[in-house]
Amino acid sequence: MDVLMLSRLQFAAATFFHFLFVPLTLGLSILIAIMETIYVRTGDEDYRRMAKFWGKIFLVNFAVGVVTGITLEFQFGTNWSRYSRYVGDIFGSLLAIEATLAFFLESTFLAVWAFGWNRLSPRLHCACIWLVAFASSLSALWIIIANAWMQHPVGFVLKNGRAEMHDFMAVVTQPFALQQFFHTVSGAYILAGFVVMGISAYHLLRRQNTVFFTKSFRLALGFALIFSVAEVVQGHIHGAEVAKIQPAKLAAMESLWDTQAGAPMWLLLIPDQERERNLVEFGRIPNALSMLAYHSPQAVVKGLKDFPAPDRPPVALTFISFRLMVGLGFLFVLLTVVGWFKRRHLESSPGYLKVMLYAMPLPYLALEAGWMVTEVGRQPWIVYGLMRTADAVSPIAASQVGVTLAGFILVYSLLGAVAFYLIAKFARQGPAPAVTHPGEVV
Amino acid sequence: MMLPTIWFVLWGVLWAVYFMLDGFDLGLGTLMPFLAKDDADRRVIYRAMGPFWDGNEVWLITAGGVTFAAFPTTYAVMFSGLYSALMLILFALILRGVSMAFRNEVDDPRWRRLWDKGLVLGSFLPALLFGVAFANLFKGIPIDAEGIFQGNLLTLLNPYGLAGGILFVLLFLLHGSLWLAVKTHGDLHRRAAHLAAKTWTWLLVMVVLFLLATKRWTTLFDNYAAQPVLLLIPVVAVAALVMVRAFIKRAKWWQAWFASCLTIVGITLFGVVGLFPDLLKSSLNPAYSLTAFNSSSSPLTLKIMLGVALTFVPLVIAYQVWVHFLFKDKVQPEDITPEEGY
Repeated sequence: MDVLMLSRLQFAAATFFHFLFVPLTLGLSILIAIMETIYVRTGDEDYRRMAKFWGKIFLVNFAVGVVTGITLEFQFGTNWSRYSRYVGDIFGSLLAIEATLAFFLESTFLAVWAFGWNRLSPRLHCACIWLVAFASSLSALWIIIANAWMQHPVGFVLKNGRAEMHDFMAVVTQPFALQQFFHTVSGAYILAGFVVMGISAYHLLRRQNTVFFTKSFRLALGFALIFSVAEVVQGHIHGAEVAKIQPAKLAAMESLWDTQAGAPMWLLLIPDQERERNLVEFGRIPNALSMLAYHSPQAVVKGLKDFPAPDRPPVALTFISFRLMVGLGFLFVLLTVVGWFKRRHLESSPGYLKVMLYAMPLPYLALEAGWMVTEVGRQPWIVYGLMRTADAVSPIAASQVGVTLAGFILVYSLLGAVAFYLIAKFARQGPAPAVTHPGEVV
Repeated sequence: MMLPTIWFVLWGVLWAVYFMLDGFDLGLGTLMPFLAKDDADRRVIYRAMGPFWDGNEVWLITAGGVTFAAFPTTYAVMFSGLYSALMLILFALILRGVSMAFRNEVDDPRWRRLWDKGLVLGSFLPALLFGVAFANLFKGIPIDAEGIFQGNLLTLLNPYGLAGGILFVLLFLLHGSLWLAVKTHGDLHRRAAHLAAKTWTWLLVMVVLFLLATKRWTTLFDNYAAQPVLLLIPVVAVAALVMVRAFIKRAKWWQAWFASCLTIVGITLFGVVGLFPDLLKSSLNPAYSLTAFNSSSSPLTLKIMLGVALTFVPLVIAYQVWVHFLFKDKVQPEDITPEEGY
């Protein structure tokens, strides 16, 4: 394999692994903050125990998220030096702002929260976790502004052989970035809700700590329901935006080969990129694609054949990932709506609890699939329409990248196994017993 | 001219602050097996770093991010050129971070021993390799006209690079043992204090050797010859190191630690100021060197970043100082509970 392919694999492995841990921290920090707020306001000890119990799981995730995040920031330089040189004026500044504004805040106050249970007043302690929650979503905002710029570069001029900042506000306030941000964090919030529901379901099915886990489940259910519904609506708006600014990606998401008015949508199909057609097509919904993408049943949708072959993204991967994400998105609405009607008698709904226990991996799948659409669908560009991925890679030896790729796979597999073991252990163990004397945890 | 110069200084300061802060974690992590007699000691050592190490590490992310934002060409060439060394540092820091986070999560001595080893390796390697990397930056590395690194990991392990590595390790060992002396009492405190005094002697020898080697193998002193007033920086660094010894003798641990901070910042800035305006000196041909002027971002980006840095970095310093006040006490037995921490 050449240095390009190795570097792409390495970056993919590093980002996908990183994003197994980050989404939970985004959503769970908010849930923990809500729990602790309820504790501070009502004095209900259960909510303090909840904050501690879910906090344990949060901390393991956070640690892995942090250590795998650093390698990402440095990989732009190590593996994508031509990219870094070409767009660093814009992209680099966004990453630096993220660290300065958000990541300091998140790391510093998380440590205070974790070590400060007996040093801060309950109010101040609770404020720390709100700061963590705020900072982690703020961090996501800046990272996604940077990624959105790769999807839809704005506010720059080509000068001195590179892209230079021309209009900073255009870069940070572009609607596409905000759409992508809401789409990503909503997904992360859904994931956190499903993880809390899944682990709670595990204990409710065993009738352990039922009061504790019913409270946790209901809180997470409300949270996941709001964002599951919001995600479907917002996802549609986001998709229409993609149609406008990344037409090749849209065509790949739907595996549409011929430009046509009144384009249909197929529920399932198997794309054949080489012969520029679909092998199997099933479940035709007439005019649906035109309607969804452009809000008009007769709108013209550009097909893949209208893009030169070297400018087309890998169709099968983009299509399958997109279908998977959308299908799961609807499933989350269904599951949370069903849950809403069962919320008062969860313990007597073992079937539903079982489904929610096994549904835990699904939001992970949906989120990774979503990033697959975003990143694979952008190919062959690293910055859409501006720079090709092939032109972005560092001038280094393939052997070097081969060694580090093997290192990443080995280290991250071990890390993943250890993290999974710890999270499963804490989840199964359940919360610490209730307090016997005020302020003292047994 | 002004903006790139300001950013060059800020760039150096950010790295210096990172070394000053994470330096005590990296040093203490390396020293743990030599200082701890039993598991209680080890827990105290972890707890002495616990509330701080992650916040310290963000300074590295910021230093890296600022290199990217302010000097993208340098970031590109430096990080791809030093590929293997940098990746080794990153893997080591992963190990360090998860060792900190996972060590006390399973009640099994084998589990703890495993992560203790991770902590030592994950602390020692970055200390050594940052030193090797920065010494090589001070000396210059074989970068060609295209900005391609004409060497390999062994190129960096030249005598001067290794001297830098040993210097950093000793700086951090002193810094870490002083930190533990600040944070503990009893036997552990005495061992830390004793080790600090011993390390100090070795460090003093190494600083002198490194300055002589710098005179012999680098051009850093050229800037000082042109602007003798700048010599204040290395003088302050050495004076601070001498003060460390005086404070150790009088058992003033916080003051000794602060003097050690000043030593680390002084030595880092000594190198950075000697480099100016080079960020990445080419040892093949000075014309290939990347400087604050030929590798910087556009004036607009530098201006925006300066606004961000001047607004938010003081804020960061303020709340991080608050955290140090919050956890200013020595580590007490009741702090070592499985209920607290990561």
